[in-house]
Amino acid sequence: MWKNEDTICAIATPGGSGAIGLVRISGTAAIAIANDLFEGKDLNKAKTQSLHFGNLKYKGEVIDEVLLSLFKAPHSYTGEDVVEFSCHGSSYILSELMEALLEKGARLAEGGEFTMRAFANGKMDLTQAEAVADLIASESKAAHDIAMNQMKGGFSKEIQALRQQLIDFAALVELELDFGEEDVEFADRDDLKALVNNLTEVIQSLIASFKSGNVIKNGIPTAIVGAPNVGKSTLLNALLKEDKAIVSNIAGTTRDSIEDVMQLGGMSFRFIDTAGIRETEDVVESIGIQRTFEKLEKAQIVLLLVDANNVDRKKLLQEIEEVKKRLHTEQELLLLLNKSDLATLDLGDIGITTISISALKQEGLSDLEEALKKIASRFLQAASGVTVSNVRHLNALKKSDEALQRVMHGLENQITGDFLAMDIRQALHDLGEITGKIDMDRDILGSIFSRFCIGK
Amino acid sequence: MLSDYDVIVVGGGHAGCEATAAAANMGLKVLLVTMNMNTIAQMSCNPAMGGVAKGQIVREIDAMGGYSGIVSDKTAVQFRMLNMSKGPAMWSPRVQSDRWLFAQEWRLMLEATKNVDFWQDTVVGILEEKGKVIGVKTSLGIEINSKAVILTNGTFLNGLIHIGDKNFGGGRAAERNSTGITEQLINLGFDHGRMKTGTPPRVDARSLDFSKMEEQKGDLKPSKFSFSNTEAIKKQLSCHITYTNPNTHDILREGLDRSPMFSGIIEGTGPRYCPSIEEKIERFSDRDRHQIFVEPEGWNTVEIYVNGFSTSLPLDVQLKAIKQIQGFENVKLFRPGYAIEYDYFPPTQLKHTLETKLIDNLYFAGQINGTTGYEEAGAQGLMAGINAALKIKEKEELVLQRDQAYIGVLIDDLITKGTKEPYRMFTSRAEYRILLRQDNADIRLTELSNNIGLASNERLAKVVEKQKQTDTLLEYLGNLSISPEEANPYLEKANTAPIKQKVKLYSLLSRPQISLNKLKDSADFESYDINLYDDEIVQQAEIRIKYQGYIEREKEMADKINRLEGIKIHSDFDYHKLKSLSSEAREKLSNIKPSSIGQASRISGVSPSDISVLLIHLGR
Repeated sequence: MWKNEDTICAIATPGGSGAIGLVRISGTAAIAIANDLFEGKDLNKAKTQSLHFGNLKYKGEVIDEVLLSLFKAPHSYTGEDVVEFSCHGSSYILSELMEALLEKGARLAEGGEFTMRAFANGKMDLTQAEAVADLIASESKAAHDIAMNQMKGGFSKEIQALRQQLIDFAALVELELDFGEEDVEFADRDDLKALVNNLTEVIQSLIASFKSGNVIKNGIPTAIVGAPNVGKSTLLNALLKEDKAIVSNIAGTTRDSIEDVMQLGGMSFRFIDTAGIRETEDVVESIGIQRTFEKLEKAQIVLLLVDANNVDRKKLLQEIEEVKKRLHTEQELLLLLNKSDLATLDLGDIGITTISISALKQEGLSDLEEALKKIASRFLQAASGVTVSNVRHLNALKKSDEALQRVMHGLENQITGDFLAMDIRQALHDLGEITGKIDMDRDILGSIFSRFCIGK
Repeated sequence: MLSDYDVIVVGGGHAGCEATAAAANMGLKVLLVTMNMNTIAQMSCNPAMGGVAKGQIVREIDAMGGYSGIVSDKTAVQFRMLNMSKGPAMWSPRVQSDRWLFAQEWRLMLEATKNVDFWQDTVVGILEEKGKVIGVKTSLGIEINSKAVILTNGTFLNGLIHIGDKNFGGGRAAERNSTGITEQLINLGFDHGRMKTGTPPRVDARSLDFSKMEEQKGDLKPSKFSFSNTEAIKKQLSCHITYTNPNTHDILREGLDRSPMFSGIIEGTGPRYCPSIEEKIERFSDRDRHQIFVEPEGWNTVEIYVNGFSTSLPLDVQLKAIKQIQGFENVKLFRPGYAIEYDYFPPTQLKHTLETKLIDNLYFAGQINGTTGYEEAGAQGLMAGINAALKIKEKEELVLQRDQAYIGVLIDDLITKGTKEPYRMFTSRAEYRILLRQDNADIRLTELSNNIGLASNERLAKVVEKQKQTDTLLEYLGNLSISPEEANPYLEKANTAPIKQKVKLYSLLSRPQISLNKLKDSADFESYDINLYDDEIVQQAEIRIKYQGYIEREKEMADKINRLEGIKIHSDFDYHKLKSLSSEAREKLSNIKPSSIGQASRISGVSPSDISVLLIHLGR
């Protein structure tokens, strides 16, 4: 029977924020990979079917506290070594964990692959397997629908265009190899380098777009910042209460690390570190400024809340400057003057959008919502150009980026085309996994024959 | 009338000859039936063997114990190793051949081969019984029985020759075509199609002015094709290069209305990489010249092959246009160029052994499968001959994998993807070309072939010795420490950084500026054992050191894919009962009947999720 050597991973709980997120890895390297990321018991020494509590640590930072279940082959669902991480159900944590797993050498599971392995290893009978086959088929339909949707966003087109450029590039390299005897002009090495640079730029911008793609999927990260007791918690509650379709906490779980999400005008707004807000309201003068800056970094929209009754204009301008310094151009800053029912305040033109509200009396909230909608639509427009929102696609792009780096390295070291071609093919293969086109030699030859007069 | 045979080979071209030799050398009684015993192994097109990717194939045929390499070495008038400025996987041997000697040598070698009989006649059909071939019938009305039949009909099946608006039946200029086989195969359920190819005029060398052309000489140190003890040529002939010009193009353009290519008379598909001169000027109208290779046809003849000027334009246009080429002002034509259309059978109807799926023990090889080229044909003939013999002997089939040989790539491409134009090998078709080098064809294939009783023990012994010596040399280089005093004078001459302390010689060789071969010849290294080894061993060692990283990487990739090749699918697997497959995949898989998951994954229209579904159903 076919022996699986790859170790696969996937998020096993449904998308969106739940109380608990489950990530499963299966394969020969599952335990070693988990051990690399786990701060707690040495998993190499752990028994099968055992539970372990500890920290999930990646790049020196603790991502989350997790409960880890370990199953050794053949005593697992798939019959292979399996590790399951139960984390807090934040999409941020889950995506960090997935990224860590991929980097450590696991790959994303195909639809139904865990079950397929289970069947292959004798853990299921044929009827069960039939059901899985249907599942795979329908999952691939879902994947197709997603791809169709993405096509509207231009992503697929962009990848197609990219792939075509790469094929034309490959054609230039292959031309020298298969048709070195022909009377055709061969590509200048500097031109090849320029082409690789172009391709790399596009791929890297697509990789960068992953963040904004994620935003559409998981909501625009929004931060409410401000001094203690200005009413951050009240504002949050007001906004969330207003919205009937809160995707939020499941009863019986702690609020910790659950992100509150508000739906508005077809967009989600994900409030960062809401637990923190509540904490600082309760525990006066707690962690303070450091925490605020961390929030700023993660947010796309920053709501700076001040108490209209207690404003020193000079100090406020300083504070705004302080915040602005830490924002990049794509981040949006809104100034909210709270408790406006108690005071009227004219700050004059201070260069940012200012909205007066009363969180407590729920006044001015519609103005705020309008402003948020506006920002969201700007954001959607910007992101709808081309975005990558799928980890599998991101992975493929990253792999082809690496391959192109090797091509560039090869060009700089003047290695011959046959070796350059290996990496170009790798990149083409990776992009082909997104577009579903893997058969490249015909495309390459087609490109050569249409552009060059070949043949004696 | 004639006795019974194990194998009947129909057709005496490159495919037929290799098939005959392979089956006979494996101990089977073989009859070669050809329409004309004087044209066995005729080079219908250019008088050359090898070239990029094709040269590797000839080396592979030779490593397996086929004859093409030996014949090419014995009849070469010029040898060149192409692509020497690229990595070793791209080095490609090519010879210009003496056309007469080539055909003569082939015939003599076949005559000298035990178990080979000849019969001059036209086969008009196969004898078939219960889905199995049992012999052939001929135009003389006789029936000959055999256990297997290999069809290598080339361009002869309903061959139709075109020159301008004239056309007539023929399999090659001045030779009859063959009818009957296509019609019978269609009745038996085979699909067929039409392909087209062409050839340039032949001219009189005495009428050419070579002083107006560039000379292209053979290699200073000519190598050879065969791993056996043939000799490299000592004397060589030159080719010449000249160009067409706008005048040539104008005249050609005037004749286009009488071109069978453009008037629609020719229905068959021609190859994009071997266009006629009229297609070149049409498709690349911005180019004001095209290269013409002026190639001698042999040591003693004045006949010249005008490579690059393939045409089916009317004779008067051909003559007028060719006279415009520099050096051709007073040219005398021997034979006109022409196009030929012929029947082929889409190769997706074959198994990896080249046996047809429809009729047992019936094999197809060469242009009948939609390929072009002597080398591609020879390779298929060899594999059809081998597998017919193995089947008759009730032995396991021999299928070369894509990471084992270009021959494996060729056959897998044909039967998995089919072909819409005459299929020619390119190195870019091989995903593992770093592994498929001309220098290691013997290491890759000779043992395999020896195991089935084809490649001789002497050949195998040579390969074993080659590997042993290479290993010894590598070990020597790995252990040999060299001091700065010893190395630096040479390093300086080679334009590379000096060393400060003792290093292993092995590590210096990974520098691009340092070549083991040059090192061997250098006075600075006289005292070392390197010069005990001959060039071939030194080259092997060098490739293994310099390209180790790439070779290892490609091997890893191949191993990954090979796991999928290892999962076999039974030929009667019913794809229609798998509702989870996409309908396109169901259709394609039922049609092609892949023999493994690996092959299934290469069929266009079969997606990764289809493969997952298949894997589940194959389960255990």
